[in-house]
Amino acid sequence: MSAVVTDHEHEHHDHKPAGIKRWLYTTNHKDIGTMYLVFALIMFFIGGAMAMVIRAELFQPGMQFVEPNFFNQMTTVHGLIMVFGAVMPAFTGLANWMIPMMIGAPDMALPRMNNWSFWILPFAFLILLMSLFMPGGGPSFGWTFYAPLSTTYSGDSTALFVFSVHIMGISSIMGAINVIVTIFNLRAPGMTWMKMPLFVWTWLITAFLLIMVMPVLAGVVTMVLTDKYFGTSFFDAAGGGDPVLFQHIFWFFGHPEVYIMILPAFGIVSSIVPTFARKPLFGYASMVYATSSIALLSFLVWAHHMFTTGMPVAGALFFMYCTMLIAVPTGVKVFNWVATMWRGAMTFEVPMMFALAFIVLFTIGGFSGLMLAITPADFQYHDTYFVVAHFHYVLVTGAVFSIIAAAYYWLPKWTGHMYDEKLGQWHFWCSLISVNMLFFPMHFVGLAGMPRRIPDYALQFADFNAFISIGGFLFGASQLIFVWVLVKCARGGKKATAQVWEGAEGLEWEVPSPAPYHTFETPPVIK
Amino acid sequence: MALKHKSLTFKLAVIALAMFGFGFALVPLYDVFCDLTGLNGKTAVTAASADAALIDTSREVVIEFIARPNKEMPWVFKPEVRRMTVHPGEIHIMNYLAENPTGRMIVGQAVPSVSPGQAALYFHKIECFCFTQQQLAGGKNMLMPLQFYVDPALPSQFSTITLSYTLYDVTSAWTGDAAASSQLGE
Repeated sequence: MSAVVTDHEHEHHDHKPAGIKRWLYTTNHKDIGTMYLVFALIMFFIGGAMAMVIRAELFQPGMQFVEPNFFNQMTTVHGLIMVFGAVMPAFTGLANWMIPMMIGAPDMALPRMNNWSFWILPFAFLILLMSLFMPGGGPSFGWTFYAPLSTTYSGDSTALFVFSVHIMGISSIMGAINVIVTIFNLRAPGMTWMKMPLFVWTWLITAFLLIMVMPVLAGVVTMVLTDKYFGTSFFDAAGGGDPVLFQHIFWFFGHPEVYIMILPAFGIVSSIVPTFARKPLFGYASMVYATSSIALLSFLVWAHHMFTTGMPVAGALFFMYCTMLIAVPTGVKVFNWVATMWRGAMTFEVPMMFALAFIVLFTIGGFSGLMLAITPADFQYHDTYFVVAHFHYVLVTGAVFSIIAAAYYWLPKWTGHMYDEKLGQWHFWCSLISVNMLFFPMHFVGLAGMPRRIPDYALQFADFNAFISIGGFLFGASQLIFVWVLVKCARGGKKATAQVWEGAEGLEWEVPSPAPYHTFETPPVIK
Repeated sequence: MALKHKSLTFKLAVIALAMFGFGFALVPLYDVFCDLTGLNGKTAVTAASADAALIDTSREVVIEFIARPNKEMPWVFKPEVRRMTVHPGEIHIMNYLAENPTGRMIVGQAVPSVSPGQAALYFHKIECFCFTQQQLAGGKNMLMPLQFYVDPALPSQFSTITLSYTLYDVTSAWTGDAAASSQLGE
């Protein structure tokens, strides 16, 4: 193995233009992966700044800092940026960096398309962020842009919103096609389907979900655009349309979308836990089947977001049972992770800490999801802070924690240096405590009836909200430690070995650290 | 190798394009699904035949009438009575009062919805002002008739049916009666 790699070492510094052109013209999967990850981090802080505005406003009851219309823009754009700008590009960045190295491929299959799918993304978000400075402000109808809020009652920034979502969608679809073609065509000889690392498997399934549902999102935003500007009536009852139809089409995209944001996280945790438990993953095959069944079921549950639209009992029951069924494969995964750790020689470096927090806190988010799936109970919980608590547990302590875990796990491979373990532990403990201060009490205010997306609230929620806001500010500040760790690690530090972690197994740990610019130009031998 | 990439990329791009089309196909599919099942309270916008089945005098069903103009619609719009008790199979006529308090001609279109949704399949309109667009000159008023019956096959758990009309201002899209009725007949 290492002989093959050193053979190519003298070529590494070739074909790499200097300065900004390297990044503009690059077709190298590692460069593009890095750009995706840096872009996601910047978006995470922009979206996070908006969350800080929201929490500052909600620190006390009454109107404190911002106008209600601006508050609504903050909740809307915070959601859009975190979903499409932070979580999804971060996963695509990880896919770009790791998938070719994990399957022994020299690069992604379609490198030029790869460059393009990244470089249209900054423009999508530039358009979205610029819309905030338009007269009347940016989109303020919630990230779910329900009609008629986004058609009849929205401002002209809606057009910019629609175009930016179109661009994000095209970028995701191209990225997904690239991942699928790479995995289908570029696996090293001997890398059979059931030998692929689970991160590769989960991303393959995610990529199929992306090409199935992102076009539906593109369709529904197009309908919003034509309803608003070109006189169609897809969602306008006066012209024979139906606003409830909007919710059906949106959630047909929206529910698989939440699995797009969590399946790669399952893959990351399935890579990290065996490394630090020093045991192979328990139930590899069942993990693959569980991931596939979650993906298939995700197409049958969309209307559980719409129980209060006046659905007939038969429909509500169908969607309720299908939703609960998803708990089965998800439970298989959680039990497999726990069984992997059972009697393992565990150590608790930062990636493992974040992975462990993921398992516990994601499961809490999963349980509140089960509560929301119960139709009669959902009538109480719908559109309250309970829902906000639920999806932040699965997305922040779920998806975001897994991305942070992945960053710590592979950072030595990317930079060639070990990160500062002590600072990393500080980052973990500060994040863990503050994130629970931030989101756990939201369950209670939600059950007590505090509605989401409202800049003011009844006095009895004041103490809880002040506490939640403090947790929010602390969580925001904790992420600055992360940036500190990243910068420090990129600049220098203890040299990392090729294997980096004692228990790490897989092709990516057989190339030197930092990974050379070109890897596996000759396919590796799979044991 | 490159050919292999191209053919797979092409297939995946076709899936993506097909799914874009599927998003739009959901619009008619949704209507068909609601029409077939009566879900979502969608009722037929074409006339039912008047040859009703036997009148079931052993059973009474309460029909509640709700009518409201949409926010942008200046008409006054209300039913003559709020509720009516009927036997399944009996044909009844119900009048709605419309008044245009503005000084200009306005065209209205009423959109019906029946609740509970499952009962929508059993509520038949023989003649309805909602089948066509209604034109009313400024300052005038009129009675708009609805002729209906409840299907005797209505499942026994339904004892009350609510019929709700929302009236929209469609003056800007008005193209004359002929075009309007053919548009609604589809």
